[in-house]
Amino acid sequence: MNFPVLSVITFTPMVAALIILMLPAQRKNEARGVALAAATFALLLSFWVYFSYDQATAGYQFIEKYSWLPALGISLHFGVDGISAPLVLLTGVVMFTGVLISWGEFDESKHLSAGIQDRPREFFAFLFLLAGGVFGVFVSLDLFMLFFFYEIAVFPMYLLIAIWGWIQTREYAAMKLTLYLFIGSVVSLVGVLAMYWLQYKNTGILSFDMIGMEKAGFSQAFQNIWFLPVFLGFAVLGGIWPFHNWSPDGHVAAPTAVSMFHAGVLMKLGAFAALRVGIMLLPQGAHTWSWLIMLFAGVAVVYGAYIAFVQEDMKYMIGFSSVSHMGLVMLGMSTLNRNGIMGAGIQMFSHGVMTALFFAITGMIYDRSHTRQIPELGGMSKVMPFATIGFIIGGLVSMGMPLFSGFVAEFPIFMGVWQVQWLVAVIASISIVITAAYIMRNIRQVFFGPMPEKLEGHMGDVTVLDKVAITTLCLFMIVIGMFPSFMVPMIQTGVENVLRLLGGS
Amino acid sequence: MFTSTTFASILPEILILVLGMLVLIVEPFWKEEKRRNVGWLTAGGLLAIMVISFLFGQPGAPTSTLGGMIRFDWLGFFFKMLFMFAAAATALLLMDNEKVGHRGEAYLLLLASLLGMNLMAVSADLVMLYLAIETTSIPLYILSGFMLADDKSTEAGFKYLLFGALTSTIMLYGFSLVFGFTGTTNLYQLTDMFKAGSLPLVTTLGTMALILVGLGFKVSIVPFHFWAPDVYEGAPTPVAGFLSTASKAAGFAVLVRLFFVTFSGFAVSWTIALAVLAAVTMTVGNLLAIQQTNIKRLLAFSSIAHAGYAMIGVVAFSQLGAASVIFYLAAYIATNLLAFGIVMAFSRVTGLEDVKDYSGLSRRSPLLGLMMLAAFLSLTGMPPFGGFVAKVFVFAAGVQAGYVWLVIVGILNSIIGVYYYLNVLKSVYLYRMPNQDEENHPIPLTRPYAIALVVLAVGVILIGTVFAPWFSWSNAAALNLF
Repeated sequence: MNFPVLSVITFTPMVAALIILMLPAQRKNEARGVALAAATFALLLSFWVYFSYDQATAGYQFIEKYSWLPALGISLHFGVDGISAPLVLLTGVVMFTGVLISWGEFDESKHLSAGIQDRPREFFAFLFLLAGGVFGVFVSLDLFMLFFFYEIAVFPMYLLIAIWGWIQTREYAAMKLTLYLFIGSVVSLVGVLAMYWLQYKNTGILSFDMIGMEKAGFSQAFQNIWFLPVFLGFAVLGGIWPFHNWSPDGHVAAPTAVSMFHAGVLMKLGAFAALRVGIMLLPQGAHTWSWLIMLFAGVAVVYGAYIAFVQEDMKYMIGFSSVSHMGLVMLGMSTLNRNGIMGAGIQMFSHGVMTALFFAITGMIYDRSHTRQIPELGGMSKVMPFATIGFIIGGLVSMGMPLFSGFVAEFPIFMGVWQVQWLVAVIASISIVITAAYIMRNIRQVFFGPMPEKLEGHMGDVTVLDKVAITTLCLFMIVIGMFPSFMVPMIQTGVENVLRLLGGS
Repeated sequence: MFTSTTFASILPEILILVLGMLVLIVEPFWKEEKRRNVGWLTAGGLLAIMVISFLFGQPGAPTSTLGGMIRFDWLGFFFKMLFMFAAAATALLLMDNEKVGHRGEAYLLLLASLLGMNLMAVSADLVMLYLAIETTSIPLYILSGFMLADDKSTEAGFKYLLFGALTSTIMLYGFSLVFGFTGTTNLYQLTDMFKAGSLPLVTTLGTMALILVGLGFKVSIVPFHFWAPDVYEGAPTPVAGFLSTASKAAGFAVLVRLFFVTFSGFAVSWTIALAVLAAVTMTVGNLLAIQQTNIKRLLAFSSIAHAGYAMIGVVAFSQLGAASVIFYLAAYIATNLLAFGIVMAFSRVTGLEDVKDYSGLSRRSPLLGLMMLAAFLSLTGMPPFGGFVAKVFVFAAGVQAGYVWLVIVGILNSIIGVYYYLNVLKSVYLYRMPNQDEENHPIPLTRPYAIALVVLAVGVILIGTVFAPWFSWSNAAALNLF
């Protein structure tokens, strides 16, 4: 395999961002066209990576390694395993659909301004810089580079939310989000530097290479001290309770495509890095502290669902449901057993696609009705039937219905939790009921309730591009639900490696 | 003995002197409205000097030349290159500043000060060092107060002079005590005497403290920082940029050589003292920066904070520590010059200097907005800009040396930094101008600005992505200290 596919995937969005910036400001459609072309290219490549990943050999594949700073052991080291390959695909999907729904439509006579109409050139440039950072984190096998891409994925969020966000809360939310994420990442950074120097002291190897660090043999005491800062520092981005507060605020303030990225991909970034760096490099520390992570995650699952239930604003509702669902991911990880971690892996993908869909549809409704208050909406099924079906499918996934991807993900998580502590599984399962309640309520009111007079006649259907985006996202949820073999065996190969590091099970 | 090594060791300084003379000779022959062209001459000349020095003036194994006055090594060489680069960029930025850049003297003073900085980086003798520091400072006093008609500029020049004179006298007192106790002024001979332990600890620490006052003023660490905001605000903007970058880096060049070599025997004592100073400097700089409304004052406090971050590398007292300081300074020079360059380009057209005046800049001039983004994100420490890598390196050096608490202070401070740097970017990208029609008038960039700003912006990104060559140079320089 000579074609450096992972670095091409990572740098495609960044190069596209540069090209888009060089276009003249007025050429809005050209900027969108370049964005769509680059997103399609990245999506095709990530499909290719996903399907040509050899599950029989497992381990890290598509390895590329270029020495970057030998003096400190920094290298551009890319590779994917069974857990990160689906996440690369997820990023490709969200990027593609995000570009589609940002294209939008503009009609001054109808007061219709869907998608991104103000400075789309800068918007796509920042969005793609973020996408490149996300790809980089998922494929990096070098801790320094992982941080490098992690920060690249964080700071464009500030600009994207502050410039194109919802005018009422965007400044507050953008600053809050950036500060939370920055604090989280630098706390982890200190831990990573401590690991780096301890490895040097133990083995004499000066290297940020993660595969090498798996064998560094950190002492129990060291792992006990540093596991929590490293894991929680990353988990902030995964929206773990009690550090989840930035997340719903950020979702609400962000423009649609950014909400999709934020909930769909960025939160996975936190969970993924917490797994990769926290659990895989400090496994003894994970054994010591797993009870605390389980406690935090368990609270997030139930509390997030309950807060989502009492929200009136659709985006806040989905934002808190994300906290709840990402809590399930963390809950799965905290079990440290096969079922739990595998469920977490699938849930990351399933939740990513599902939330992206929710936010996309919420954005479409908001752009046309100019409100997100659930009581002020109604009758959407008449004007946008396609989006209605999409939302219902997403809702079924969210509730964990069999035949949809949510079931494939949540069932193993609860099994894994039961193996460790049955009481947590019982309490966490309350969230399923609450989730069903708020999703049903939302579907009934927004899509099938009576349409308020104010909206009568103003509402139009979604665009063709929107429909393509909805179809793409729905397909994944149904395919995984009906044919779990599409993803489960792949993630299993990755989980085996994690379990090996955790010392069997 | 004037051998080729001797010649090579002061080759850039000789050429700078020649260039200075050339500036003096040529200037009167140009008509007044063409005198800004002296800036092209200065910048082009410095570029040529950098190339010539790189080709013919590279040091080999560290040697002392000119009777032990000069240390010819990579440490000095790398710093000289940085200073000359900064001076060339400053010359370009000066050109379209009507009150300063249209007079040839400004460029001569810039070159004179550069000469002093170069000598600061290579001095191996206390006498030479003091002369170099004064050669650097005096032209900068004049440049800060260059705009005679402007009260603020006069105040800046006067304040800088008073503070500078006071602290350099204290430092001189320290130098003379060292000579009195030991009978030598050569830094490398002093190292051995200090190591032998022939001096009482209290006297050594006392003289060290006196010397630190002078250097602390140069690099503007708390509590010797009071001059910085007022001087930066009042001085012509390119001069302020030069003060906050090259002059600060020159201070660090001396600081690193003195503390890593001469006082290396007392590392246990001074690392703790400097660690406390670094922590206080970062915290005070950042906390005061939050409240600033004038962008030059904001940058002044941020530059105080950055001196604190760089100090973490000094405190680490290791090869990586030294290398990370040098790398940090390289990244910081490019970044801060870029920031000051944009401020200059902006205020030249609009005459405004407040953060809120930058509202709508990204709509008015998207390119300038993007460069502002690069500069401020690099100051924040975000990739792919130079500031990120630089910060990670100094933090890595700090953790290696066991100063985890200092690194944590540094990190808390970076978080404060995120807040106020992003607030500036918020003006640039988010807010609209009070009169939205004005957004159709872009800010014109004259050619010198365009060249300088683009080179600096590319430099900031290069340092942050392809960091291997910069780091290996910094490392080679750091190697000379041990």
